[in-house]
Amino acid sequence: MVTATSVTMADVSINLAEREQQLPPKEFREVVFDVNDLGVSYNGNQALQGVSLEIYRNFVTAFIGPSGCGKSTFIRCFNHLNALIPGAVVEGTILYHGEDLYGAHVDPVEVRKRIGMVFQKPNPFPKSIYDNVAFGPRVLGMTDGLDERVERALEQAALWDEVKDRLKASALSLSGGQQQRLCIARCLAVEPEVILMDEPASALDPIATTRIEDLMHDLKRDYTIVVVTHNMQQAARVADLTAFFSITRGAEGQRTGILVEYDATSKIFTQPFDKRTEDYVTGRFG
Amino acid sequence: MSVSAGRLRSDGPRGRWSGRAFYGFLLFSLVIGFSTLGALVLQVVLKGYKWVDLVLLFEPPSAEPLIAGAEPAILATIYLGVLLLLFTVPLGVGTAIYLEEYADRDRWYNRLLEVNIQNLAAVPSIVYGILGLAFLVRGIGLGRVLLAGAMILTLLVLPTVIIAAREAIRAVPDSIRQAAYALGATKWQVVWRQVLPAATPGIATGSILALSRGLGETAPLLLVGALTYVSFNPTILGEFTALPVQIYQWVARPQEEFRVLAASGIIVLLAILLTLNAFAIWLRNRYERRW
Repeated sequence: MVTATSVTMADVSINLAEREQQLPPKEFREVVFDVNDLGVSYNGNQALQGVSLEIYRNFVTAFIGPSGCGKSTFIRCFNHLNALIPGAVVEGTILYHGEDLYGAHVDPVEVRKRIGMVFQKPNPFPKSIYDNVAFGPRVLGMTDGLDERVERALEQAALWDEVKDRLKASALSLSGGQQQRLCIARCLAVEPEVILMDEPASALDPIATTRIEDLMHDLKRDYTIVVVTHNMQQAARVADLTAFFSITRGAEGQRTGILVEYDATSKIFTQPFDKRTEDYVTGRFG
Repeated sequence: MSVSAGRLRSDGPRGRWSGRAFYGFLLFSLVIGFSTLGALVLQVVLKGYKWVDLVLLFEPPSAEPLIAGAEPAILATIYLGVLLLLFTVPLGVGTAIYLEEYADRDRWYNRLLEVNIQNLAAVPSIVYGILGLAFLVRGIGLGRVLLAGAMILTLLVLPTVIIAAREAIRAVPDSIRQAAYALGATKWQVVWRQVLPAATPGIATGSILALSRGLGETAPLLLVGALTYVSFNPTILGEFTALPVQIYQWVARPQEEFRVLAASGIIVLLAILLTLNAFAIWLRNRYERRW
């Protein structure tokens, strides 16, 4: 058995134990995504293979693993963002509330309306703070009560007090951490059900990172959050469930990402089932 | 361990000399370029400034240099400029959007199109003039009218506008497109609401520079029949002259007074072009973005 190690601090491990007891048992969880044998290839190079897991409503689910393990590729399958890359092919199935996300008549625009995304690097539009948040509602035709909608989104993203007096100022004038919270507000403004976060804090300083993590904790009540992170403490702090991805090498040395283990975060960090997970979370690998 | 004094001195002057020589060459190039341009402008201004007056701006040309003006030519140049912008900007930006946002690079016809545009930008303007004469003036029977001149200038500067617009569109980072897509925007909305507004300063700068190039052209206009002596104000479907053509005509006259008049015309043309260029630079600096 592996106990809390240098990677996961002692207090975190106590929280983990508490948190596991709070986790509802499987039969009470609502499945949002049911992923079955998912694979992604770029121009014939298999980037990810054989991933099967379930994502539950109002949970924070973290994907961790070494660089190149396909976790970012995986998260982009949920909102059809891989479709923008020429040569990308997605195999297997993802059911979203039982409906095939890659079915023949699925409109990516409808998918992205319900499944929002926050990117690694803050990427506000070169427009005013207000116009950034209002962009989603505008393109989706949700323009009734736009001002209230923008205010609500900024409040949910814990940014309202900092920007309420300068909504017309350029979004690029904000600090990096504020920009990332603006991107979260922009995503919340269209009231998605799921928020995908691709390493949302990796470009931020520790204080801004803490704010984003606190925010994830608060948002969990209303949203389902899937987060990719490089930072294992972050996964330990924010995630209810954690999936560990790794890399296998094929006969000719090609690297393919696979899902190694998926369990309650406390299990992954204290009693991992797989040796590879143990090596990774204890810092011996990756 | 101690470092003996003198270690930090350079071993010899060689490295330094080659650096200085290169620096000298750079200065020399700069001086040649600037002094030639400066001498030209100075000479023209000294020669022609006295005749830049209301007569030049508001009178038709005449065989008598003292009362000869360039109003029809100045007006025609303005008309040409307006038509040129109306034609080139939608066509050029449309082509650029297609090539950058929609075209599949793996298709042979898209690659052919790209190579073609690059090459068209390098075709001498006189060739465009011949094309205009054969195709517009005679072929479709448009005649020697201002519209034909504007159309041929459009063809001339279109590749430049396309290239500038493509650069501007390419400079918009992909993260902006992805963010817009992730919010449920359609391709049209991404291009129209995010990419184009972000690329507008670059497109405007490129278009204005192309415009000023087009307005300075003489050769293609001569071929499509810009007349050297037009004493009436131009209409779009009428015969016309243009400022560079008018200057060309005056320079060719034997009388010394017309040469002075030509210098005055050059000052007016330079003023128009430099104003346009200055506006383009201002636009670029005002709206320049760092991502």
